[in-house]
Amino acid sequence: MPARRTLLLAAGALALGTLGLAGCSSGDPLAADTPRSSGSASGGSIVVGSAAFPENEILAYVYAGALNANGIQASVKPNIGARDVYLAALTDGSIDLVPEYTGNLLQYYDAGTTALSSEQVYAELQSALPAGFQVLEQAQAQDADSYNVTEQFSQQYGVTSLADLKKVPIPLSVAANPEFATRPYGIPGLKEVYGVDATLVPVSDSGGPNTLKALLDGQVQLADIYSTTPSIAQNKLVTLEDPEHLILAQNVVPLISSAKASDKVAQVLNTVQRALTTEDLIAMNTKSSGDAKESAQQIASEWLSQKKLFG
Amino acid sequence: MNAYGDAFAWLADPGHWPGPDGIAARVGEHLAYTGLTLLIALVLALPAGLLIGHTGRGAALVIPFTGALRALPTLGLVIVLALGLGIGLLAPLIALVILALPPILAGAYAGLGSVDRATVEAARAVGMTGWQLLWQVEVPLALPLIVAGVRAACLQLIATWTVAAYLAVGGLGRFIYDALPVRDYAQMLAGSILVIVLALLADGLFAIVQRLLTPAGVRARRAGEPRRRSRLPQPVAGPSAP
Repeated sequence: MPARRTLLLAAGALALGTLGLAGCSSGDPLAADTPRSSGSASGGSIVVGSAAFPENEILAYVYAGALNANGIQASVKPNIGARDVYLAALTDGSIDLVPEYTGNLLQYYDAGTTALSSEQVYAELQSALPAGFQVLEQAQAQDADSYNVTEQFSQQYGVTSLADLKKVPIPLSVAANPEFATRPYGIPGLKEVYGVDATLVPVSDSGGPNTLKALLDGQVQLADIYSTTPSIAQNKLVTLEDPEHLILAQNVVPLISSAKASDKVAQVLNTVQRALTTEDLIAMNTKSSGDAKESAQQIASEWLSQKKLFG
Repeated sequence: MNAYGDAFAWLADPGHWPGPDGIAARVGEHLAYTGLTLLIALVLALPAGLLIGHTGRGAALVIPFTGALRALPTLGLVIVLALGLGIGLLAPLIALVILALPPILAGAYAGLGSVDRATVEAARAVGMTGWQLLWQVEVPLALPLIVAGVRAACLQLIATWTVAAYLAVGGLGRFIYDALPVRDYAQMLAGSILVIVLALLADGLFAIVQRLLTPAGVRARRAGEPRRRSRLPQPVAGPSAP
């Protein structure tokens, strides 16, 4: 099979050539073992990926915008998909950085984790990450499940925290996705941690408009809605506090491939992280939904110029 | 693949049958929802279909309209209606009545349309009134096709009531919707199998009913060779007296 042998030889020659070239270029950005130089923007440009939902895409543009403002070339690959897809992209080097959430990321690598608070989760996440990945500082901003009640219910029964639910004399029901029936932060956790009996009213829209409607109509007393959803403030809902950490913390954190995490990059991103609040996320999501419907890129650049983090 | 093995094991587990969220209760809910929907759809669609079939009027208006109804995605309709009506039974009930209307309507007018014109004219010739013609000639002869429409509607309802479990509604869809987010594929498949079995049983029942309701003369003709060319492909075309 001469043709095949020729092909093999050609491939071998090509591989050797590539190796030789790689050896010559000391600054190859893809080589993981290149020693990191500190201070300047080494490692070439950075590609920021994002999951396929608006908030994550906006965060990706925020990171890219901050890096670009500091002379580090960065571009965005938005809407990659679900976690396993963009983590694979991070592994194969087609992206270098992605905005993540501490709780979900920790559960991805360590399904049996018992950590709940922001500090615990962040600490465990550091050790759970595979080699070659690292997280920078976590933001105060969180996007987690949250128990919400109407303002009227909160005032009538004096409820501002999950711990207050015990004294409510009427039977309680919670509108949430079906998995809420078995998840530790759902019905079983409410009983175990706060001693509150509640029934699940399953609505499969992840805290969307149907869940909201059920809460506003009084068909349920509680609704599980992601904490950065604009509808919470728009309908004056009261998000119940969680003093016993029933709900897993979900702080925003940049997940970066270690090869790209130069001191300068880390310093820029950590400046962003320190400024980012849950209220900012809600404001961003409000801009990206409803009538306004601004682009993720525009929302990100507005946030950066409003916060005046750099120069 | 022992996914089916797991699903049948799930069904065989006696712990999954009793209780308010057990298989027995869910099957009961599913049948009750389907029955109620079918009843409402019959009350709405049957008179309209018979009127169109009998008079030959209104077909141009109603048929394209019900054809368009068939294209409505039921889950989308359930979600949109629930935004106004809340997460209870009403939103899916309306969406599924809409799903059941077209086949019942089509069965009724196509059934009447398939009645031999010569028979209709003979009935008129012996002095039957329109009412007598409808109930003594047209409906009995059209009954197999009318029942076929109801049968199709029932089958669609049993299969599609599952999507209502997107909201806080019971029925067999619960097994599917509750299992999906926790990746309990045995339960999902078991729920689907229950829907299939229910649909097949209902279909078998209708097949028997259809057979029993077919007039002896029509049955005899079917067994032998057809007497005249069939009018079935274009049931409402052609001349028709009021």
